[in-house]
Amino acid sequence: MPLIIEPNLPSPDAFYQTLIETHQGLSDEQSAELNAALILLLANHVGNMEIIREALDRARRSVAA
Amino acid sequence: MTDIDYQALEFAYQKHPDQASLDPASHRVIVAGAGPVGLTAALDLAQRGIPVVVLDDDDKLSTGSRAICFAKRTLEIWDRLGIGERMTSKGVSWHVGKIFFRNEEVWRFDLLPEHGHRRPAFVNLQQYYVEGFLYEAAAAHPLIDLRWKNKVVNVEQHSDGVTLDVDTPDGPYTLHVEWLVACDGARSPVRKLLGQESHGRVFKDRFLIADVKMTADFPAERWFWFDPPFHPNQSVLLHMQPDNIWRIDFQLGWNADPTEAVRPENVLPRIRALLGADAQFELQWVSVYTFACERMDAFRHGRVVFAGDAAHRVSPFGARGANSGVQDAENLAWKLHAVLNGAAPETLIDTYASEREPAADENLLNSTRSTDFITPKCNTSRYFRNAVLNLAREHPFARGLVNSGRLSLPYVYTDSPLNTPDVPATACSTANHETSGVDGTHSPHGRPDVADIDQAFSGRMVPGAVALDAPIRDAQGNDAWWLSILDGRFTVALFCDAHTPDGAALMALQDLAQSSPAALQTVLVCRDNGNVHAPASVTVIQDHQGYLAQRYDARAGTWYLLRPDQHIAARRRHVDVDIIRRALQRALGQA
Repeated sequence: MPLIIEPNLPSPDAFYQTLIETHQGLSDEQSAELNAALILLLANHVGNMEIIREALDRARRSVAA
Repeated sequence: MTDIDYQALEFAYQKHPDQASLDPASHRVIVAGAGPVGLTAALDLAQRGIPVVVLDDDDKLSTGSRAICFAKRTLEIWDRLGIGERMTSKGVSWHVGKIFFRNEEVWRFDLLPEHGHRRPAFVNLQQYYVEGFLYEAAAAHPLIDLRWKNKVVNVEQHSDGVTLDVDTPDGPYTLHVEWLVACDGARSPVRKLLGQESHGRVFKDRFLIADVKMTADFPAERWFWFDPPFHPNQSVLLHMQPDNIWRIDFQLGWNADPTEAVRPENVLPRIRALLGADAQFELQWVSVYTFACERMDAFRHGRVVFAGDAAHRVSPFGARGANSGVQDAENLAWKLHAVLNGAAPETLIDTYASEREPAADENLLNSTRSTDFITPKCNTSRYFRNAVLNLAREHPFARGLVNSGRLSLPYVYTDSPLNTPDVPATACSTANHETSGVDGTHSPHGRPDVADIDQAFSGRMVPGAVALDAPIRDAQGNDAWWLSILDGRFTVALFCDAHTPDGAALMALQDLAQSSPAALQTVLVCRDNGNVHAPASVTVIQDHQGYLAQRYDARAGTWYLLRPDQHIAARRRHVDVDIIRRALQRALGQA
């Protein structure tokens, strides 16, 4: 099962708004720890190293070739 | 006995007749370094009948607690050498660890969920006790020749041995030896003399260690703090040791000045911050350490073999330094013995390297991972570490990511050339060819080997693994431990019932033991020994609680061949002495 890169969220704008709002009122450091916690929670939920590795590769390529 | 202050012992230099010899005296084995690894190697060799000279450039044992956590496997090795009970009873046994993050306990773990083992997961014992007990056993052994203030200053390799120049207070002398075992520590002078070095990663961090004597009501647990209020942004580790001594490790960071950090006026406030302003304690020892994760590319160089920190260095998290070194020593001792006795070719020593180098890599990997968790090298790494700790309280998955040092388990020599692999599951139907009755033995059940369809084994006791302990009853019916039966010889352990083994199989096993180039014992493992009639040379034990059969996935007819270091060499479901003989030859490096 490959990483889904086609749209998969029922309401993309609502997701994005929720993501940003979750960080409201936090310091940069708290925000960074929240993001890290979110990645850990979702990675454990996915539970498939192949998919996680593909996501990591794609994320990395999005910022540096 | 334990009233001896081992840290204060000084061993008098004594001039040895070798120093006056015109021609260099010749020895079988010289061990350089009288630390935990060198002394373990010397004792193991001596107990096998090999005379050993131990050279140490100092005249004292370890100062301060240093390597304090000694793992179950290390204690089992020392049991075979007769000193495990002394180490364990002096040490503080612990199995509960607690992890704190900032103000709160986030997780506690228990290392010993399984019953039926003689030794605990760990004991805490100051290195000077370990060295002191090993020293006393070595000094009492007639085959061990301890020479203090003997410093190896030159090493010359020959095809049949090594010539050593040794410096002493009376000046230098020369020795010739068949095998030199270098257990001379992280800075290994022998390694430097051979022009070798270790490669790996040096971590830019410093830790302050303090031994503190106090009467405290902390439990015997390992407490690890990440970013505690009393030592912000760093980690702290607390361990209980014997004699009301507590070991505290404070992470200081790379910029700390090591000479300033150890001054009492700088140490005492840190300890008071942890223990409270009113705590009554006495500072016994304090030191600053840095650490590296590195190893030599090859552990054998001709007739020089490296063990312990001389061969590989790990960070202290996970107790893998001294413990892996003791396992090096035991891996090497029986092999040197077999080679020196002509029971095995010299190439057997290559398997010391091919087994212990990957063991070191596994330790280095675990140790590096722990170090990266404990001392994050960048902000992002710290954010993830803190996220794990924040989640650990309520999220079971995150506890598995908390890494303050992974339990040190003995390495499984999965790919060792000394193993006889199991019958592959797909080849079971052809296993008849293998058990075709060479030497007049037949299927122990007296029926065709159609039963070989279930040759497969489950569980952890794969070839290359170290034998698991279990409670048993010995030949006299007394309560005993399985590992005490595995006494340093090769062992064929045969699980039996009223019909197994038959007389012919027993006879063939006796013949094998008598013709074996290396000492071999046969042990029959019975559920109860009412019906078993075995010759006197065969040891019969009872697996009265069934632990052995369960841990070894054994039934009547199953046998295991165990090496002198208690690792598993081979196993099958039915006795075939020819297969056992070939497995034995293979385990001796003859195949």
